[in-house]
Amino acid sequence: MHLHRFEKIWLMLGAGGLALFIVLLCVNAFAMGMAPPSNMEMIDPEKVMETPPFDKPGLKQVGDKEFDAYMTAFAFGFSPTKMEVAVGSTVNFHVTSPDVIHGFQIPETNVNFMVLPGHISSATYTFDEPGEYLILCNEYCGAGHQVMATTIIVK
Amino acid sequence: MVIARKEEIKISHAPIAPATAKLSLAYVWVAYVAFGLAALAGMLQGMVRGGIMELPSWTNYYQILTAHGVLMALIFTTFFIVGFIFSGVARTTGGALHGTALKLGWIGWILMVVGTAMAVVTILRNEASVLYTFYAPLKASPYFYIGAALLVVGSWIAGISVFTSYRKWRRENKGQMSPLFLFMAVTTYIMWIIATLPVAAEVLFQLIPWSLGLTPTINVMLSRTLFWFFGHPLVYFWLMPAYMAWYVCIPRIIGGHVFSDSLSRLAFILLLLFSIPVGFHHQLMEPGISAGWKMIHVTLTLIVVIPSLMTAFSMFAIFETSGRKKGGVGLFGWFKKLPWTDVRFFAPFVGMLFFIPGGAGGIINASNQINAVVHNTIWVTGHFHITVGAAVAMTFFGVSFWLVPALTGRTLTKTANRMAMVQTVFWAVGMFLMSLAMHTMGLQGAPRRTDYTTYMDHPLALGWMDYQRVMAFGGGLLFVSAILMILILLYLTFYAPKGNTEYPIGETETKQEVPRILERWPVWVGLVAFLIILAYGYPIMEQIQHQAPGSPPFKTW
Repeated sequence: MHLHRFEKIWLMLGAGGLALFIVLLCVNAFAMGMAPPSNMEMIDPEKVMETPPFDKPGLKQVGDKEFDAYMTAFAFGFSPTKMEVAVGSTVNFHVTSPDVIHGFQIPETNVNFMVLPGHISSATYTFDEPGEYLILCNEYCGAGHQVMATTIIVK
Repeated sequence: MVIARKEEIKISHAPIAPATAKLSLAYVWVAYVAFGLAALAGMLQGMVRGGIMELPSWTNYYQILTAHGVLMALIFTTFFIVGFIFSGVARTTGGALHGTALKLGWIGWILMVVGTAMAVVTILRNEASVLYTFYAPLKASPYFYIGAALLVVGSWIAGISVFTSYRKWRRENKGQMSPLFLFMAVTTYIMWIIATLPVAAEVLFQLIPWSLGLTPTINVMLSRTLFWFFGHPLVYFWLMPAYMAWYVCIPRIIGGHVFSDSLSRLAFILLLLFSIPVGFHHQLMEPGISAGWKMIHVTLTLIVVIPSLMTAFSMFAIFETSGRKKGGVGLFGWFKKLPWTDVRFFAPFVGMLFFIPGGAGGIINASNQINAVVHNTIWVTGHFHITVGAAVAMTFFGVSFWLVPALTGRTLTKTANRMAMVQTVFWAVGMFLMSLAMHTMGLQGAPRRTDYTTYMDHPLALGWMDYQRVMAFGGGLLFVSAILMILILLYLTFYAPKGNTEYPIGETETKQEVPRILERWPVWVGLVAFLIILAYGYPIMEQIQHQAPGSPPFKTW
């Protein structure tokens, strides 16, 4: 099979760049600990409201300036509805759904994951800037999907 | 061992036989009816999201969003692809489909039309506002899922029809390499049939029994994995026929030659191999799949960069060599010699330009943790509107402008060509504005698939409003273009003057030797199976053995 000389150069540059890129992604994910949210915990979706800690959604302080936020995402809202932390706080979000699939996204941060019934999704973020952060559902979940949002206040 | 490809002289300029032309046209027209309805739904969505209008109380945003997605991404594309491939297979195998192939073609058409009708009726009755991804545990009417299954089964029968044509050709031309178009058609259908098996399993064994109430709960994770097992190769099923037009038809239209027969085939084989074992890159942000398996899928996904670079090289090599032959001198003189006023070239060329940022955006989407920035934001909507909505759709438009008159025995007149150029410009400008606004908003976090909302007047969401208006304006231009498209096609089907329209099939400039292994299907299908087992075997086994407690059905609309 004949390959034009320019095409050889073109493909070698492309393949080389690609290999380097994949290596960087792996280093980023596994050596630097920035893998996408991949929590493996499970929960019975029909018993979310009775299963601790999701029976009492809210913030729990687990360290100096570190919180666990246990939340439920349901059609069409999030619980708890109001959360407040001090600037510089690290929040570990743990979210599950008692009904359909939802999304959990805090725009202008890297917090963005799916909430699947039967699974518990997790992500961690440190809020270094004060403000009223919007938390919204970014997966279609029904007629009221567009109103499904809450905020977390950082001050 | 290598063998020379047979010259195609004896069949060039052969018209498509009337019975085959009728079949192909029947597919193409169902495609464009769906396209017209989908474009209307799309325009309304843009206007609603842009805050320009509100929908009447008897419908809602998510109902028309479902209609838009299903009709555009599933019905328009599949029908057009099947119709186009039938015509091209006939054209490169002597001008007609043989009896069995023709019969299978019509059986496929009937099944697909019945399936489409079932899906459309359930959507209109508001019993299936589940969007075109139909994620459980949202539960649509069982008829919606049965309709989807019929659509898929119909497309399989069309594929089998192409396989019978291929076998017949091989029998009659022993020891010869098949025509490039036919080879690509077979590759596309092999990919499609393998890729649709898991979604068929999802629909038949999970969704239909569950929606009928026969099983109380559903394994949500497994249903999503089976869906995306199919969902990503679906985009290659849109793309590969567009590539067929780029590799085989465009060279002839611009008066050039196919750049390299074997590299074109190799690109298709690579697409076959690396389009399927990659679905987790659509599930990067979800729980229940480990980071390691996600990385394996990301790596396999990114390999598609190679056939894409090969395609880009081939296209520009074709453009440059044919431009130079026409007297273009200097570094870029050839560029001016391309047939810019011929819509058969211009529309797909603009599509190719859209594909450059489209491909770059795709790499961003597939890049593991970077996906967190754009996942489920309207960036993604912008991405697939410049890939399938521009690169693929504009290629299909460009093909339609010669395919429809070739099928009806009419001609693309100068005026029709001019109108088609206007249509192309409207589509390009509309898509550019709309997708630019979508990409920009997405980076700021605006979600996709969401009705008009200000999130209780949150300042961030209020900041998206101007972009949403630009998006709506782009959608308006696209709708005007869609109406023009339908009018042009009506003209080309029923009113254009009778005459001979060429069905452009390019050839290589000199005889090229093609490695025989490229046509040894057991090798490639075996490799596909190996890659699929590697990428999916263990995760799917885990999802069945260690499944989360199941979900009952919900109707939340």
